[in-house]
Amino acid sequence: MRNVGIIMRRELASYFATPLAYVFILIFLVLANAFTFYLGGFYERGQADLEPFFTFHPWLYLFLIPAVSMKLWAEERKSGSIELLMTQPVTLREAVTAKFLAAWVFTALALFLTFPLWITVNFLGKPDNGAILAAYLGSLLLAGGFLAIGSCMSALTRSQVVAFILGVVACFVFLLAGFPLVLDVFRSWAPQALIDAIASLSFLTHFQSIEKGVIDVRDLLYFAMLIGFFLLSTGIALELRKAD
Amino acid sequence: MIKTEHLTKRYGALTAAEDVTFQVEPGEVLGFLGPNGAGKTTTMRMLAGFVTPTAGTGSICGHDIGSDTLAAKSALGYLPEGAPLYGEMTVRGFLAFIADLRALEGERRRLRLAHVIEHLQLGSVLDQTIETLSKGFRRRVGLAQAIVHDPPVLILDEPTDGLDPNQKHEVRALINDMARDKIIVISTHILEEVDAVCTRAIIIARGRIVADDTPAGLAARSRYHNAVSMQLADPAQLGAARAAVAALPAVADLEVSERDARLTALPKAGATILPALSELAARQGLKLKELHLESGRLDEVFRTITA
Repeated sequence: MRNVGIIMRRELASYFATPLAYVFILIFLVLANAFTFYLGGFYERGQADLEPFFTFHPWLYLFLIPAVSMKLWAEERKSGSIELLMTQPVTLREAVTAKFLAAWVFTALALFLTFPLWITVNFLGKPDNGAILAAYLGSLLLAGGFLAIGSCMSALTRSQVVAFILGVVACFVFLLAGFPLVLDVFRSWAPQALIDAIASLSFLTHFQSIEKGVIDVRDLLYFAMLIGFFLLSTGIALELRKAD
Repeated sequence: MIKTEHLTKRYGALTAAEDVTFQVEPGEVLGFLGPNGAGKTTTMRMLAGFVTPTAGTGSICGHDIGSDTLAAKSALGYLPEGAPLYGEMTVRGFLAFIADLRALEGERRRLRLAHVIEHLQLGSVLDQTIETLSKGFRRRVGLAQAIVHDPPVLILDEPTDGLDPNQKHEVRALINDMARDKIIVISTHILEEVDAVCTRAIIIARGRIVADDTPAGLAARSRYHNAVSMQLADPAQLGAARAAVAALPAVADLEVSERDARLTALPKAGATILPALSELAARQGLKLKELHLESGRLDEVFRTITA
């Protein structure tokens, strides 16, 4: 556990050592607010809640999260620093966890910086703050799921651009797993049970219930297992390809 | 102590290292020689716990690299090929990060960091980011991270590659300095390095060990071992000298370079020809610019063995 903390701190510091962190946070805040006010009709709805804000998070994350996760392992493999890291007395599991957590803490920080919106809505009316908190938690879990997928894609390649594209595509498939766009690919040949299983993997379905303020243990479990699965896959991918 | 038994690594149909077995004792500086792509780096990576062997085992200070990986890594200081580092970190931040991972604490941590910073002369660049440093400084930062925890075993993959002659000299001096109480394995394809720092050399070609000997022992395998080289002051005497030397019974072969009026006489196996040659030079009245006995040419041995 000690090593996880050490590596995580180094990773986090490295985000802020380059313009990446500032550019990401700025763009995230600008887009999140633009979507809320222009596409979501924050004022026009006349309701004191943050639904127009959270509704667009899955789409915002679809492009922004892979941009954070693409460097997680691809950069280490490209520069060779993975050899330096993995020959220190740390396990692969610690390194995978630490890097994922650093990225997650970073996105949590970006998410936290949207708090002026929360202040605004409390100033304008009397929103259900419990529901808003739940929605923030849901959004954070969603970001975690995307980051875990992105971490795995980043472990598959030495190129950050390839990692980004793979990340966007994989996240897109998971986002829309419950919708015809993805399901139709399976419908013609797969048994109904498999189609139902794929549909139940959809990010959007699980996110939508939390976003409305309903925290179901099944949704929490879903995100926890998804993150666990993709971090495990990251480890396996690295074990197989780290020295290539 | 480092020990490997039948260490093998295959990538699909390609065999990067095969049946590598050796043992290194404290006080030894082992040079890993071989052409590029011979399997030096793969073997070192297996020892460092970065690459998992396809077959075979190895241990570092008694810790098996497969089953007791963390303890093996803890006993080891490792410089990867090309000395990769985190470019966006400052030297100070980077060394602190490594010291944390190496679990150095309190007074010992302070002393060890001060020691490597002084020893590798990093004091002037402590607050610079690593990506702004010259190649020589980067290599020194890489060496600093390898020795910061004072490991009993050091594995350095091409520690002097790409450095200028002064920097090479510094790094070799550092290795010699540490050699007394540590086990050091370095890989190189620079043969002069073997003479400069190694007490023993293993030559690897196509993934296999093809020679394991002291540098002097390797040189003795050269056809130039105990050969005598003489350079004439007067090129006009070359023809006469050539005929006279070739006629000596102990001389097996003769190489003549007309450009600098040099004769190199190769002895028959086990024969000593220096006294005979110097006597011949005196008798024939040859004016000599230079006369010396060769101990053997490592590059020639290297080419013969690895070709």
